[in-house]
Amino acid sequence: MSGQPPGVETYTPREFHRQAHDALGNPQIRANFRKAMDGLMSKRRDSFDDWDLETLRELGANIRLRALARLPDLLEQLEANCEANGIRVHWAEDGDEACRIVREICESHGARSVIKGKSMVSEEMHLNAHLEEAGIEALESDLGEYLVQLNQQTPSHIIMPAIHLNTDEISEILHDKTGTERSRDVDYMTAAARQQLRERFMAADVGVSGVNFAVAETGTLCLVENEGNGRMTTTVPPVHVAVTGIEKVVEQLRDVPPLYALLTRSATGQHVTTYFNMISSPRKEGEHDGPKEVHLVLVDSGRSRIYQDDELLDTLRCIRCGACMNHCPVYTRVGGHTYGTTYPGPIGSILSPHLMGLEETKDLPTASSLCGACGEVCPVKIPIPDLLVRLRKESVGEGRGNVPGAGIKRTRKEVAAWKGFQWLATHPGAWRSGTAVAGKLRALTPAKLGAWTDYRTAPKPAGTTLHALVKRHQASKSHEPNSKSHEEER
Amino acid sequence: MTAVKLYPPRPDKVYLFGTCLIDLFYPEAGMDAIRLLEREGIEVLFPEDQTCCGQPAYTSGYHDEARAVAAAQLDLFPEPWPIVVPSGSCGGMMRTHYPQLFAGSDLEAKAEEVAGRIFELTEFLVHVCHLDLEDRGEPEKVAMHTSCSARREMGLAETGPALLAKLGQVELVEQARAAECCGFGGTFAVRHPEVSAAMVEDKTQAIEASGAKRFVTSDCGCMMNIGGRFEKLNKPIQGEHIASYLWRRTS
Repeated sequence: MSGQPPGVETYTPREFHRQAHDALGNPQIRANFRKAMDGLMSKRRDSFDDWDLETLRELGANIRLRALARLPDLLEQLEANCEANGIRVHWAEDGDEACRIVREICESHGARSVIKGKSMVSEEMHLNAHLEEAGIEALESDLGEYLVQLNQQTPSHIIMPAIHLNTDEISEILHDKTGTERSRDVDYMTAAARQQLRERFMAADVGVSGVNFAVAETGTLCLVENEGNGRMTTTVPPVHVAVTGIEKVVEQLRDVPPLYALLTRSATGQHVTTYFNMISSPRKEGEHDGPKEVHLVLVDSGRSRIYQDDELLDTLRCIRCGACMNHCPVYTRVGGHTYGTTYPGPIGSILSPHLMGLEETKDLPTASSLCGACGEVCPVKIPIPDLLVRLRKESVGEGRGNVPGAGIKRTRKEVAAWKGFQWLATHPGAWRSGTAVAGKLRALTPAKLGAWTDYRTAPKPAGTTLHALVKRHQASKSHEPNSKSHEEER
Repeated sequence: MTAVKLYPPRPDKVYLFGTCLIDLFYPEAGMDAIRLLEREGIEVLFPEDQTCCGQPAYTSGYHDEARAVAAAQLDLFPEPWPIVVPSGSCGGMMRTHYPQLFAGSDLEAKAEEVAGRIFELTEFLVHVCHLDLEDRGEPEKVAMHTSCSARREMGLAETGPALLAKLGQVELVEQARAAECCGFGGTFAVRHPEVSAAMVEDKTQAIEASGAKRFVTSDCGCMMNIGGRFEKLNKPIQGEHIASYLWRRTS
C-alpha cells in the first residue's frame, strides 16, 4: 500500500525544473510511468505488425494536410452541414468564450449537473472550474478522468489521464473519496466506479464531450472511446454539447477510417476501440432516444495564429493519440504533471507555447534531447523535433516573432556566448590555436563543470588535436611514401 | 523506412569532416577513421580550415550564428568527393539541416549539393566500401550504442552492428531499450541536467546488465555522456568510438 493518496497538487510550466526534480526523485512516479510506457510501446509495435505502417502514416499525414489546406472552407462546410442536421454550431475565440457558451447553454436549460466524456479541449479551457463557479457541477465519466477528478488532480496523459497512479493508489483514492473497500481487484474497483457513475448519467442535465474527427462533408461528429461513457454522455442527458478545437475537421467521411486505424493503434495498440460513435443529429421525430439538443462549440484559442505560419501549421495535424508521449524518454521519466500544461510531452511542448505563450512555457521546447522518437512514431508525421527547434529559435528571438512571448529567452550572456562560438568557428586559424592551447592545458581542465560533473566525469581535451595529428600523419606519408605500417604513428 | 538510397561506387578520394568533439577530445577516433579509409585504398582529404558543423547553435535556436558557421564549412569541399563524417549527429546536421538553414538564400544550391555528399562513417564503410574485416582481437562481448541522430535522423540503425558482425571474435550483446536516447542531446544535458542524468543512468544500467565490458558508439557526444557516467561510478566499462574499435581489432 502506498498509504495516503497523492494530495492536491498544482503544476505550472514555469516550474518545470522543480517539478522534474520532484518527479525524478519519486520512485513511485518513475516506476508507474516506466511500466506503463513500456507496455504502451510494445502494444503499439504489435498492433502495426501486419500493416504497412509507413504507407498508412503517409496517408494519415496527407489526409490531415489536405484538411488543413482547406480549413476555412471546411469549417464553413461543417457548420452548414451540422446546422442542416439540427446541430447548433458556436464559435469561440478563446477558452473563456467557449466556457461562457457552454455555461449559457446549461443555464438556458436550468442545468445543475453536467456529465462529461473525456475532452482535452475542455481541460484546456478549464471548463469544470468555470461551471462550478456558476453553481453547476461537472462530473467526469471517463474512469481515468473520474479518478483524477476525485483526487483533485489534472490528467497526466491525454489518453490515459490517471496513468501516473498505480492500483494501490487508485484503491486508496476510491476508498477515501467514495467509501469503497480497499482492494487490489481491478474488476471490483471498476464495477464500483461504474455503479457510482451510472446513477449520475441518469441524473445529468447536460452531457459534454469532445470530438475526435468532425466530418465537414456530412456534418458528423466522431467520438472514439472504450468505456461506453462517451455514448452515455452523448445520448442519455437531454442536451449534448461537443467541444473541440477548430483543427479537428476532416474533409470527408472516407478520411475517417485510416485516421481511426492510426489513432487506436498509436494510442493504445488497439485494432479498434470498444465504441466508435458517430453523432449526426439530435433525436428526430419518432425516435425514442438521444438528446433533444446537440451543440458543437468550435474553439480557436490561438489555433488560427498557428495556422498562419507554414511551418507551425504542422502542429495542427495532431490527432491526439499520445504516442509521442509514450515514446518520449523525457516524458517517461518526469511524467505528465511535470510539464504543468494540459497537453504534456512532445506534442504539448510544441502546442502549449501557442496556447499559453513562451513566457509561461519557455522551458518546454528545450525539454527534449531531440532524439526523434516522437517524430518517428507520430501517425500523421508531424516533424516534432523540427518544431521544437523552431520554438527554441522563437524563444531566443531569431524566428519570425509570431509566437507569443518570442525572444523571452534571449539574454545578453547567451548571445555573447554564441557570437563567440560563431567567431571562433569562422576563424579557422584561431580555432586551431585555441583547440591546441586547450589540449596543452588539459591538466587544468576543471574537475567540476556545473551539473554535468554531478553525474559524470569532466571530459578532458586530448593532448593533441585531430588537426595536429592529421598534419603529422600527412608529413610522415609524404616523407615515406611507402610507409608500411600505421602502427608507428600510434 | 526511408526509400531506396543509391550509393556511389567506391571513390579514389574522400573528404573527412572530423567534427569538433573528435578534434578536441577524441582525435584518435578521427585518425582511426582515416586509417580505415586509407587501408581501403581511398585517399583522405582533411580540409584544414574545418571547425564545427554549427549544430550546438542550431539546436539552441541561434540560427543566424549556426548559419555563419555552416557557411564557412560549405567552402571546404570544392571537389565532388564524398564527405565522410565520423558522427551521426554532425552528419545529420550537415545532411538534413544545412539545406533547411540555407533555404531561400544564395547558398541554398551549395548547401543541397554538399548535403548530398554527406555520409556517416559506418554508412560509408558498409554501403560504399563494402568493408571486409579480419578480426585479430580476443573474443569479447560488446554493446553498441547507436546515436539517435544516426538511428533516426540518418536512418542508420543497422550499419554499426553490421560492421561489428564482421568481427569474428566479437559478440554484439542485446541491451534493454537499445533505441532509447542516452540523454546527451548536446545542450539538453546542460539545460536539463537532472532529466539527462536520469536517462544516462538508465542507459549505463542497461549496458552493464548486458554483460558487456565495453560499448562502442559512432558518436562522441554519447560516448562522453555514457562513458563519463561509468567513470563517475568507477565502473570498469569502457567506451570506444567504432572507428577506433574496428581499427584496433583489425590492424
